[in-house]
Amino acid sequence: MNSSINLLCTRERLGEIVTQLRAVNLPEGEIAGDTFTPPDGCVPATGWETFSYQFSTLGAELWTETKTVAASAASALPSLAIYVLVILASMFIYRAIKTRLTPTRDFASLKTVTFGDESAVRSDFPASVLSIILIFIIWGSFTGSALIPGFLHLPAPYVGESSFTYTLDDGDGNRDQAEVFIRVIAADAMPSDMVFDEGNGLARNDGAEIGVYLSDIIVWDGNDDVKRRADGARIVAINGEEFDYDFGNDEVRQATPTFNLDFARVTITDRGSINVVPDQGWQMQPLYLPAPEVVWNRFIEIAKYGYQNVYLTVHLGFSLFRVIVGFILGAAVGIPLGYAMGLSNWFRGWFDPIVEFMRPVPPLALIPLVIIWFGIGEVGKIFLLFLAALWIMAIAARSGVSGVRITKVHAAYSLGASRWQILRHVIIPNSLPEIFTGARVAMGVCWGTVVAAELVAAEEGIGKMITTASKFQNTDIILLGVIIIGLVGFGIDMLMRWAERSLVPWKGKG
Amino acid sequence: MTGLSIDNLSMRFELPNGGHVQALEGVSLDLKEGELLSVLGPSGCGKTTLLNIVAGFLAQTDGKLVLNGHEIKGPDAERGMVFQAGALFEWMSVRDNVSFGPRMAGRKKADYMGNVDHLLEIVGLQDFKEKMVYELSGGMQQRVALARCLANDPDVILMDEPLGALDALTREKMQSLVLKLWKETGKTIILITHSVEEALLLGERLIVMAPRPGRIHKEYRLPFAELGVGADLREVKKHPDYASTREEILNMIWDMEEEIMGTAGDNE
Repeated sequence: MNSSINLLCTRERLGEIVTQLRAVNLPEGEIAGDTFTPPDGCVPATGWETFSYQFSTLGAELWTETKTVAASAASALPSLAIYVLVILASMFIYRAIKTRLTPTRDFASLKTVTFGDESAVRSDFPASVLSIILIFIIWGSFTGSALIPGFLHLPAPYVGESSFTYTLDDGDGNRDQAEVFIRVIAADAMPSDMVFDEGNGLARNDGAEIGVYLSDIIVWDGNDDVKRRADGARIVAINGEEFDYDFGNDEVRQATPTFNLDFARVTITDRGSINVVPDQGWQMQPLYLPAPEVVWNRFIEIAKYGYQNVYLTVHLGFSLFRVIVGFILGAAVGIPLGYAMGLSNWFRGWFDPIVEFMRPVPPLALIPLVIIWFGIGEVGKIFLLFLAALWIMAIAARSGVSGVRITKVHAAYSLGASRWQILRHVIIPNSLPEIFTGARVAMGVCWGTVVAAELVAAEEGIGKMITTASKFQNTDIILLGVIIIGLVGFGIDMLMRWAERSLVPWKGKG
Repeated sequence: MTGLSIDNLSMRFELPNGGHVQALEGVSLDLKEGELLSVLGPSGCGKTTLLNIVAGFLAQTDGKLVLNGHEIKGPDAERGMVFQAGALFEWMSVRDNVSFGPRMAGRKKADYMGNVDHLLEIVGLQDFKEKMVYELSGGMQQRVALARCLANDPDVILMDEPLGALDALTREKMQSLVLKLWKETGKTIILITHSVEEALLLGERLIVMAPRPGRIHKEYRLPFAELGVGADLREVKKHPDYASTREEILNMIWDMEEEIMGTAGDNE
């Protein structure tokens, strides 16, 4: 049998003594503490040391992570503060305008105690509208969207033609100036050859075409008479601005010569080449965040022609099919199970441990197991959704039965109803509101689970569409998928609420 | 033999800590058909336990209950119950609530609908038949509960503080209604109440129960219920015996409450 041993190894790193815990496989035939000799600086660790070092390294790692997260969160604080300021400012402006225009004296406006009065707090519709508009404005201004006016755009990346000059020294003190023509082209523009006059003299003009958000290194001596390596030629100035740099000397730490031109940042590399980084502005690259209209056009395109040979309706249809079938199966088993648990001691005792154990296990944690058991076909995913809905529905039905007031049951008995009639006419209708609440939760969980399951393994489905898109860096489709998932989830919830209102109008009125 | 006979009824609850509560001890009572009995007593005297045993929701530990010649075992349509509140089925309309008993008995709709409509008219809800019960006020809901109980034509009606959750004015109207229904239907009624006035006004017979163990302390036969049928209940209260009987019973219950508080104090 191949066995392992934990070693505590001490070594010096950067003048500091560092102790590390290492798990080592024992070579075959060797026995720890007998024939196996640990490497230099290592001693076998006792059980206690093993655990104390595991926890101390874990603690150190988590502390590092905590600092990283805290730094990220802190860097987001200014933006968050600005957002809150916008909310407050718009609130005060809106209220000022509203009170000026429509000084109402309805019941709510006459309440002096509103802070803490839950009934006085309602969702302000204009606030919701503004909030959504602001999201699109932020989205548009960071992407330079054509949907919003140009003055709201953040500075765009530089696109166009420009030039700068460099001054060359041939190593013997002879200097000449030449021009570098830069053309920055948009991402969707066709590359073309740069045509320019090379001029003459010691230094000749250069040119480069650079895609937006990219940079380029100008090898300026490619067409010059004197070369960097062979002749010791070097650049001494950009746009006439001289700088001092000892090329090839890596003994001392030198500041990279940097020139902030109006259209680009130009640096001189350690080897003497010119690195041109055109101005990238404040906007986000389409790769990270496509503009709203791009996503919309993608939506139209995908709705018409599909994505990767699968129509959007098919993606969406498969996802909804899984959710609905999984939910119906879960409800079909879960509701009777819940009733049995609510009506019989034996069933309650039998299923309590199972339900209470399975309920906190997120269905997502079961995905690997389900794939191993059922493969990536429909059965596995529907089984997963069945499980997701089952426990929620069982618990909802159980509490619906437990929630029936005993006076109702007594009343039904003394009106001559049989057990079956009480189940049919009292217990089931009384538990319906609870079951509907459970169904709403279950549908939400199922929808989330189906997307996650499709991310892992599926042929089609809205989650699968996102995974495929992410492989091709089609950020617009990923974003589109997220929006569709959100809208469909919202739609499902609205539908369930509507069904609840129309089917169990007596909810909460018993 | 018709009527309800309660013979030496005892009820003893075992507690999980090994002790026990003697909720009722040696309660005996004979109720003739058509009698209206009101039951008074301080909290914890076993009134509700007694009613639940008669209804068949609890099994007595000792004694015998006989109704119309057969022993009571479990709930049955022959003993209808009206609860304080919350016993209506809010997923049904007023009419469906009232017709619940006949429907469960499997009777034909044509046979019972006339009676149901008639009862709804008696309790003054003929315009609310199609409403859901949660759309009605508390007093109206109790009228539905009364009509629902009567629609089943029980031999005995058990009322567990049926008017306890109503405001004073509604309560007075409902007391008149209970008397009217009692007279018109000739049902045997047992009514439990906290209110001495209500017990006096509605009880043709009145028993005062005492706690620890729950037992019958004193029984009265009163003329007020008979006088109150179809009359103004406030006039009945001017009867020469009314005030004195009320004071007597109030003092009796007051002394019992004092005693409970006293012994409770001793235990501590």
